[in-house]
Amino acid sequence: MSSPSPASAAAAGKTVLVLGATSAIANAFARQRAAAGGRLVLVGRQQGRLDGIAADLTARGAAAVATLATDLADMDEAEPRFADMVARLGPPDEVLLAYGVLGEQAAAQDSADETRRLIDVNFTSAALWLQLAAKHLVADGRPRTLVVIGSVAGDRGRQSNYVYGAAKAGLDAFAEGLAHRLHRTNVRVVTVKPGFVDTPMTAHLDRSGPLWAKPEAIAGAIDRAVSKGQRIVYAPWFWRPVMTAVRFAPRPLFYKTKL
Amino acid sequence: MIDPAGTATTSWGRVSRARSRVAEPAHLDDLARAVRAGDAPVLAHGMGRSYGDVCLNGGGHLLRTGRLDRIVAADWSTGVVRAEAGLTIGGLLSVCVPRGWFVPVTPGTKFVTLGGAVANDVHGKNHHGMGTFGCHVRALGLLRSDGETVEVGPEERPHLFAATVGGLGLTGVIAWVEIQLQPVRSSDFKAQTLRLQDLDGFFRAAEDSQDWPYTVAWVDCLAAGRRLGRGLFNRGRHAPDGPLLPHADRARLKVPRDAPSALLGPLTVRLFNAAYSRQPAGGEPARVPYGKFLYPLDGITDWNRLYGGRGFFQHQSVVPTAAAPRALQKLLELTSSEGQGSFLVVLKMFGPRPSPGILSFPREGATFALDLPNRGPDTLRLLHRMAEVVLAAGGRLYPAKDATMTAEQFRAGFPRWREVESYRDPALSSDFWRRVTGDPA
Repeated sequence: MSSPSPASAAAAGKTVLVLGATSAIANAFARQRAAAGGRLVLVGRQQGRLDGIAADLTARGAAAVATLATDLADMDEAEPRFADMVARLGPPDEVLLAYGVLGEQAAAQDSADETRRLIDVNFTSAALWLQLAAKHLVADGRPRTLVVIGSVAGDRGRQSNYVYGAAKAGLDAFAEGLAHRLHRTNVRVVTVKPGFVDTPMTAHLDRSGPLWAKPEAIAGAIDRAVSKGQRIVYAPWFWRPVMTAVRFAPRPLFYKTKL
Repeated sequence: MIDPAGTATTSWGRVSRARSRVAEPAHLDDLARAVRAGDAPVLAHGMGRSYGDVCLNGGGHLLRTGRLDRIVAADWSTGVVRAEAGLTIGGLLSVCVPRGWFVPVTPGTKFVTLGGAVANDVHGKNHHGMGTFGCHVRALGLLRSDGETVEVGPEERPHLFAATVGGLGLTGVIAWVEIQLQPVRSSDFKAQTLRLQDLDGFFRAAEDSQDWPYTVAWVDCLAAGRRLGRGLFNRGRHAPDGPLLPHADRARLKVPRDAPSALLGPLTVRLFNAAYSRQPAGGEPARVPYGKFLYPLDGITDWNRLYGGRGFFQHQSVVPTAAAPRALQKLLELTSSEGQGSFLVVLKMFGPRPSPGILSFPREGATFALDLPNRGPDTLRLLHRMAEVVLAAGGRLYPAKDATMTAEQFRAGFPRWREVESYRDPALSSDFWRRVTGDPA
C-alpha cells in the first residue's frame, strides 16, 4: 500500500457516508479512508455483506463503522430514511454515491420495465439522494464534499448502451447544476467518470486490454479530486482526451462505428 | 463477451494452459453458491503463481478468489488475523506491518493468496526455524459441495485439516484462513551475503547460520568441476528496531511482452551468473527493507515473460539430509553438463519442524530449485533425469512447481496421497490431480 495521500491524512476522523457500500469502487475508497482513521457509514442492500465489509474496514484502521441495510433504489420515504442515516452519525463530511446497475442494453431495448429500472436506479434515485444530502449538508456551513460516480458512458449516447449512458448523463447534468447552486456554500460536488473498471459489474465482459482499470486506481483518483477540489475527474485520466474525441466525432463517421 | 466454452488460463510457468468457465465471486455467499454449482469439477484459483497445473482445471470451473480479500477479524494485540482466502500475503503485510506484525512464513513472492499458501503449504527462507505456512494456521473455513461449511484446524477435525494443508485445494474450497502473525519491531531486515566456493561451502554456511532466522543460497548452475556449487549465501533477520513501513505498492519494472528466446541463451545465463557471483559479499549485515530481502523478483511485473513465449519449467525438490550432498552434486552436474541452466539455482536446508499436511512438500533435508526455459524434449528429458536423482535419494518433487512429474513419481514422493484422495470433495479436481492420480473426472 502506498503511503497515505495528503487527502487521506486529512480524512482522519472524518465521517464518510457511502451509498452503495458493496460496490467495488466504494469498497476500495472506503479502505483508503479507513486506513487514514476515518469513520464510515455503509449503506447497501444486504446486511451480511455490509457486516463483512465493516469488519474489514475496522481491521484496517477505521475509527468507527456503522451499517444500514436498505435498498437505495427504493425511493419511498426518502426524506425520513435520509434523516435517519444522518442522525446515526451526524452530518457526514463526505458522501460517496457509488451504487448503480449496468444492465443489459439488449434487454432494455425489449422491455420498458428494464429501461425504467436502469433509469430509476442510476438516475432518479441517485438524484433524489443527492438532493437530500445537499439539503442536510449546507446547513451548518462546514466544508463537505459530495462525490458522485458518473461514467464516461454519459458523455455521448451510443447504440451499445444508451439507456445506462443516458441515466449517467442525467446524473452528470444534475451534479453540475447542484455544484453551481452550492458554489457559494462550503459544499463541493465532485463527479468522477470512470471508464472500464475491473469489478463484479463488468465480470461478464472481456477485461483484457489496456483501457481497464482497477477499483483501487479509481479510489485514488477520487481521493486526489477531493483533495484538489476538482469538479469533474476522468479516471484514469486518459479518458478525458478519449471522450473528447468521442464527443466531437462527426455524426456520419460516428454512426459507422459499433461503439 | 467471454466465450461460453471458457476462458484460457495459463499458469505461472506458461507451459500449462487450460480452458475453464471462470467465475469471480465477490462475497463469501457467492462463493458458497458457486461451489455447489457442479456439473463439472470446480477448483479455486488465486493469483495463479503456481508454475504448473495445480491451479488449472481444464473443462471445469475455475473460481477466482481475488475479490475475496477482506479481513474478517484482526486482534492487533495478539496478532491473530482471520481473512478471506483471496487476500494476498502482500495485502496482509500492508495492513499488519505498520502495526508491528509480520506473516510467520512467506514464499519468495508476496503475490500469493492465503488460500493458495494453505493449499500448497508454502515455505520460506525461515523454514529451518518456523516450518511451513500451515504450522501457523489456527483454523480455516472449508466450503464443501454438499452445501456444508466446515471449520477445521489442528484440534477441530484434525484429519480433514491435515488433508487440507498442502491438499492442493481439493478437500473443499477454502473460504477463510486464520493465522498467528509474528511480532516485529521493524519492517527492515539485517542481511548479510557470504561467498560460497563450492557445494561443501553451502552445507557449512547453512550449519553456521542456524541462529539466522532466514537463509537461502543462490548457486551458479553453470559452474563445474572444482567450482561446482559456487554461489552466494544470504542470511537475514528482522532488525531489532527501526521504522514500520509497508512495502511500496508499485513494481519498479514491467516486462511488456515475451522476451525473445535468444535473450536467455546459454551465453546470457553464463554472463549473468558470472556477474551475479561478483556482487559484494561478507562484511557487516546491511539494513534493507523487507521487500528487497524477501521478494527480489516482485519488483518486475510479469517476470515470467522473460522466458519467452514457450514458457519455462521449474524443478523444485527436497532430499533427506543424509543423501543431500551426493544428490545435490548430481543435480548440479546434470544441469551444468546439459548447459540448459537457468539463471540461478536456489538451495536451502529445511529444518526438522514437521508440516501439518499429509501432502506438504517440505521435509527435513535440502531443497533444490531452478528454472528451465522450455526447449522442448531436451528440457523434458533433463527434468525426468533430475526427478530420478531426487527419488533415488528418497526425496520428492514440489507439486506447486511441477508440470511434468509422472503418476509413479508422485506416488513415490507422496505415499500417503490416497488419504487426501479419501478426503477430496467429489466436486473438486485439478489438471494436476487428474494427471498424477489417473482420475478421469
